[in-house]
Amino acid sequence: MNPTQISISSKIIDVPKKSLWTLIKKYKVLLIMTLPGLIYFFFNNYLPMVGVLIAFKNIDYAKGIWASDWVGLSNFEFLFSTEDAFIITRNTVLYNLVFIFLNITIAVSVALLLNEIRRKLASRFYQSIILIPFLLSAVILGYLAYSFLSIEYGFINKLILEPLGINAISWYSEPKYWPFILVIVNTWKSVGYYSVIYLAAIMGINSEYYEAAKLDGAGRWQQMKSITIPLITPVIMIMFLLQVGGVFYADFGLFYQVTLNSGAILSTTNVIDTYVYRALLQMGNVGMASAAGLYQSVLGFLLIYGTNYIVSKVNDENALF
Amino acid sequence: MKTNLFNMQWLLHLIFIMYIAVTLVPLLLVFMVSITDERTLTLKGYSLFPEKLSFTSYNYLFNDSFVILNAYGVTIAVTVIGTLVGLLLTALFAYPISRKDFPFRKWLTLYIFITLLFNGGLVPWYLVYTNLLGINNSLVSLIVPGLLLNAFNIIIMRTFFTTTSPPALIECAQIDGAGEFRIFFQIILRLSLPVMATIGLFYTLAYWNSWFNSLIFISDREKYTLQYLLNKILLDINFILNSPGNTSQSRLLSLVPTETVRMAMAVIGTGPIILAYPFFQKYIIQGMTIGAVKG
Repeated sequence: MNPTQISISSKIIDVPKKSLWTLIKKYKVLLIMTLPGLIYFFFNNYLPMVGVLIAFKNIDYAKGIWASDWVGLSNFEFLFSTEDAFIITRNTVLYNLVFIFLNITIAVSVALLLNEIRRKLASRFYQSIILIPFLLSAVILGYLAYSFLSIEYGFINKLILEPLGINAISWYSEPKYWPFILVIVNTWKSVGYYSVIYLAAIMGINSEYYEAAKLDGAGRWQQMKSITIPLITPVIMIMFLLQVGGVFYADFGLFYQVTLNSGAILSTTNVIDTYVYRALLQMGNVGMASAAGLYQSVLGFLLIYGTNYIVSKVNDENALF
Repeated sequence: MKTNLFNMQWLLHLIFIMYIAVTLVPLLLVFMVSITDERTLTLKGYSLFPEKLSFTSYNYLFNDSFVILNAYGVTIAVTVIGTLVGLLLTALFAYPISRKDFPFRKWLTLYIFITLLFNGGLVPWYLVYTNLLGINNSLVSLIVPGLLLNAFNIIIMRTFFTTTSPPALIECAQIDGAGEFRIFFQIILRLSLPVMATIGLFYTLAYWNSWFNSLIFISDREKYTLQYLLNKILLDINFILNSPGNTSQSRLLSLVPTETVRMAMAVIGTGPIILAYPFFQKYIIQGMTIGAVKG
């Protein structure tokens, strides 16, 4: 019934080829509704997209941004002549890959386990609690980490290391511990959020599948393996793609707040986003900052496009666009 | 068989009780530190079970610190205005692109979808707002840049509108002579209260937790949001102790419980959200569920 209806109504709209102007006039009220959004995205998203071109300029505020001289690739030459370009790319990508791996494996496991809990009230209670970290700002994450890592009074130094007779560690100036700290903090923060999403996907599975499986004598484990996991794979794929597409974008809040912006640990905590921020606002080096920003945007775009292309080749239904 | 299942359930509950402990202990630690006696703290460090309790840090914060009340005010104003305006503009954009008869639907959806894929980065974005529009160091810069609208919320709302507002209903209203704005405000919005609540909560959370805009746009300390003030204080406790508006007494550093004041700040910065959470969690989970299903 529906398909015919749609095709008929679309014929009514399309066949007497109306000019763009009459369509605009006919739908002017709906268009006016979208106007604030159009303007907002124009300034907030589209102008900055064109603005990436300033990476090829030597910004001189006295001349104005667009009147500044074009300098070709020299900002990029400068950026890649330092060791920083390699370090920030390495850190950004490696952290994100570890985050993605843990976010998927742990969160899917948590969701599967939550789904096995018989008492629905208990399962709902657990769900609410594990979502709490999602509500906290990065600043509060910084506080929570600090309460464990503070050099003089922190929980770890004072209550764990001191009784064991180990010297206090000055966490905020020792780069080698930070890969572990940041992975732990990020896992603490994100797993609950992703678990709830996967659990929602599991709840959406038609219960008839399970009933049929039970009739055939399948146990809980077999049901999980042959029904639940295959049926939530599309959702896992979407979450995976969204995260892989963002491999060159780091969570600025995590890397800026949890590290307390400490300079001594930059070798393991500096990522592209924090680098761009520091170059722009702390060192005032617009050229370098915009070069790093464009480098990030281009890599990020290619990656999203590439992963989506591969996925659409393998299985069109799982592709994002 | 039955005993086996029974044990399995116990094991599951045990796992989740441990998980919950891991989630709550850091929060509890911060709270306990905030009510620890400062001297006990200097001797024994941060502890979940302090020997001596004291509420002087809260006393200090509420009585002596003008800066904190001010930041609270800024955050509340930004959150209320941002949520209301953001919600309205999101719905205004989502409604037309949910209408199957609207010929510009595809183009407008693409227009917002592209913003999810490509991103100009911090520098040009910053320059648009500071150099071109010149709104830095104003309350507008706390509300508009990056926060006021986003494609995800619009897509969630569009998905909701397409399912709750059937074309027949809209046609009926049109035949009865209702204009588009009237249909939108009197029919669509009223039918969509759950999604409005969900997106409204996302906005409230985002604005309440916002600090990034203060970090890059704001230079006057009386315009700092609460979270950014918290950030400043974590980096340097003296920031709050030396602020103007403090009574001269508390400026004597020795009298102020610095470590516990810090943690008390964190508690009053998240407290409202944690306290309100039981009442709104249903909507948050709902929104995440709609968002996860491909829009």
